Amino acid sequence: MPAVRKVVGRSVRRSEGPEKLCGIAKYVDDHELPGSLFGATLRSTIACGRIRSVALDPAFPWHEYTVATADDIPGANYVALIENDQPLLAKDQVRHLMEPILLVAHPVRAKAYAALAHVRVLYEEEAALLDPELSKTVFKTFHIERGSVDTAFARADVVVEGEYHLPHQEQAYIETNGAAAWFEKDGTLVTLGSLQCPHYVLKALKAAFGLPEEKVRVIQAVTGGGFGGKEEYPNVICAHAALLARKAGRPVKIIYDRHEDMAATTKRHPAVVRFRSGAMRDGRLVAQDVDILMDGGAYVTLSPVVLSRGTLHATGPYECPNVRIHSRVVATNTPPNGAFRGFGAPQTLFAAEMQMERLAARLGLDPVALRRRNAIQAGSTLPVGQTLRESVGARQALEACVKRSAYTRRARECARWNRSPTRPSWRGIGLALVHHGAGFTGSGELYLASRAAVALTRDGELHVLSGSTEFGQGTTTLFGQIVAETLGVPFELVTVDTPDTARVPNSGPTVASRTCMMVGRLLREAALELRAAVALGKARFPATRPALKAAARKLCGDATARRFEAVYHKPDWVSWDDTSYSGDAYEAYSYGAMAVELEIDKATFETGIRGVWIAADIGTVIHPLFAEGQVIGGAVQGLGYALLESAVYEGGVMKNARFTDYTIPTTLDTPRMDVVFVPSPYSLGPFGAKGVGELPMDFPAPAVAAAVRHATSRFVDTLPITPERIASALAKDAAA
Amino acid sequence: MRIRFKVNGKPRSYSGPGMKRLLDVLREDLSLPGTKEGCGEGECGACTVLLDGDAVASCLVPVAQVAGRRVATVESLGRPDRLGPLQEAFLAEGAAQCGICTPGMLMTASAYLRRGGRADDGAIRRELAGNLCRCTGYQHIVRAVQRAARRGSPTARRRPAKQKARRAPVRRAGSRA
Repeated sequence: MPAVRKVVGRSVRRSEGPEKLCGIAKYVDDHELPGSLFGATLRSTIACGRIRSVALDPAFPWHEYTVATADDIPGANYVALIENDQPLLAKDQVRHLMEPILLVAHPVRAKAYAALAHVRVLYEEEAALLDPELSKTVFKTFHIERGSVDTAFARADVVVEGEYHLPHQEQAYIETNGAAAWFEKDGTLVTLGSLQCPHYVLKALKAAFGLPEEKVRVIQAVTGGGFGGKEEYPNVICAHAALLARKAGRPVKIIYDRHEDMAATTKRHPAVVRFRSGAMRDGRLVAQDVDILMDGGAYVTLSPVVLSRGTLHATGPYECPNVRIHSRVVATNTPPNGAFRGFGAPQTLFAAEMQMERLAARLGLDPVALRRRNAIQAGSTLPVGQTLRESVGARQALEACVKRSAYTRRARECARWNRSPTRPSWRGIGLALVHHGAGFTGSGELYLASRAAVALTRDGELHVLSGSTEFGQGTTTLFGQIVAETLGVPFELVTVDTPDTARVPNSGPTVASRTCMMVGRLLREAALELRAAVALGKARFPATRPALKAAARKLCGDATARRFEAVYHKPDWVSWDDTSYSGDAYEAYSYGAMAVELEIDKATFETGIRGVWIAADIGTVIHPLFAEGQVIGGAVQGLGYALLESAVYEGGVMKNARFTDYTIPTTLDTPRMDVVFVPSPYSLGPFGAKGVGELPMDFPAPAVAAAVRHATSRFVDTLPITPERIASALAKDAAA
Repeated sequence: MRIRFKVNGKPRSYSGPGMKRLLDVLREDLSLPGTKEGCGEGECGACTVLLDGDAVASCLVPVAQVAGRRVATVESLGRPDRLGPLQEAFLAEGAAQCGICTPGMLMTASAYLRRGGRADDGAIRRELAGNLCRCTGYQHIVRAVQRAARRGSPTARRRPAKQKARRAPVRRAGSRA
């Protein structure tokens, strides 16, 4: 039996909560930088073409301004990421609308923006490619094949086909992208930004400014939401601020307004998923054939990795011996798409779950029974060849969700409701079951070689040092809990330091549901080393401030602090082959099931949600309140994806780039949700924890579409499921 | 143009263009950066402050309109070592995640509580419908307001519900749903 835990598993108070609640937490725009300028960005007004000339209006008072173009970049003109194909500032060629061309800075914010109207760019416009189906520029493809797919289809009792269209989705963090930059007297470039991945920015700045690592410093400001939207984009805005700062010799701040943020920055990749599934009469899945097309936009950004995760999750949490998955992400002349919570998986899992609905309908089986028949468990083998060793809570999540939602009873009641033609609405209940891998894919964690540290200062202060960022999920609190529990000290004695690349080790990006499981594990290892060094031979680690101070003096000697750092080591059993794209894709997966009951107005086709029930296996729950907050918050983003959020693209750019027209869920679009955790602890997670951040983004859309199908007997395979789409699905059937 | 008004109980004055947004005056001229900009068009509620007790979007209020009036911002609610009851409730219920919508949420909720608003899920959701949050899915925020309403923040008990706001709130009411 594990020892009784004092900190882990308890909902301690959010470490940085009081500052946020008093309005004194400093987001990037709240920092006053004496003598600073404000930067604005001139962007392309065409989707594709050559830049013939860029001219400044001679009548405009440019002497008040700092202006920077591609020619002012001291290093390489690219945004360093996976491929270095994206220019920091376009010079000769533009490949999408809103592409940055020139930067201006002025002490007065409004004047910086006003100057943009006095720059004239002449283009030689070329035909823009906007339809990914027609694109010949392939950024990345994957092919996974297992078993004998064609033979299995030939022998299957039933085969169903579907084609699913997934739209752009905007992250819609409430704080827009923003950054500040300045140069210290010794030539060190410092940037302060709203960002998820300080070490990504560090790499990008080194390349763009030709500086060595010790001359670049990236500090995270308090960050008002990310959801992936501040994973790679800050590379661009931080470098832009730094370019202006270098030229002006003064600090420069760039804060996008909402329109610019929505129109110019990354979105979730739109996708088309074509899916064929075969099953036997008893419901056993025997063959899956998936074709995935994603629209990457104009530059590679993170598209290969998004595609990878989408591909690896494409057949859902089900056993199937014969699987073929082919995927590709292509270029279009639209602003680059990028990271967004779920990272490719919400697109493919939607398709996988709708296939289960189609199979259930064709076989005349209950959708829950079909999932029960095929859901993975410990010992199951995934298409990628990974045999799951432990911590597989798919079935437990399914059963808990079915039970808590009273799925069977509600399904009956909905059917009864729908039988009466005088009712003003149709009702339906739907359910989805998903998995989500924690950590980087395949050998990703090995390449990252993350490091994290715990330090004890001579004054007896305990510090957690990592590059993992807090942007609402609770990283700071969680890390404090893991280290406090490991050392056996009160939570209040542990301080988690702000990520600052000059002070913290690179613990990898704060993405991919990896912070708790991967970096948390490193911190536990580092804390164990510290404990061993301090409590050598003693039973207990000093747990009061005075005792800690005494122990610290002894441990540190003359040094100001002792630091214990842990480095990622691949567990022996993990094996991955990048060439054949097979092996242990993720060390562990989290699992979740969601049931949703909804009602569709027969006159307006508006959907109202009557209830949501979620059960999730995220391993040991470190902080129950935050975990619930992640699940509910993610599920509401997923409900937005399912029902509301429609980024309208015209001519290659988002036309409704403002909150008035791009509607995200409000309190009134959001039901009260029932959330329960069914932990299957993972032996190598810190205290058995896995990942939670992305999982809840995966299940709402398929659950909603299944409920819509239950209510109306129609499949709506394009998101979001707007009243218009429901009307059109009903009309199509009526005509046929 | 010189404009005098009260901010968080203290007399303040501002000299400059009368059409400058109250949001910018608070942040730039009065060094009160607790009020946040989320959209600049009155849609997200992050910049909500109280104007004579009513919740308004400060990005839609020209400073000239607040002459002689009372403005209350998040900075009036408490300090980290002495949180107000609504802030305590937010902390206990996990209602602040990234924190950027939090000042606006707190101000809208405090207007509700000052009017004697009850711990009713539906009523609280209607009240908060003009404040967007992308992190929490709202449930913990609603729970926090319920907790504060049950405890009865000191101000909630003293003032009975107003029948009518003295001036119409600037922000839109209700949701787009």
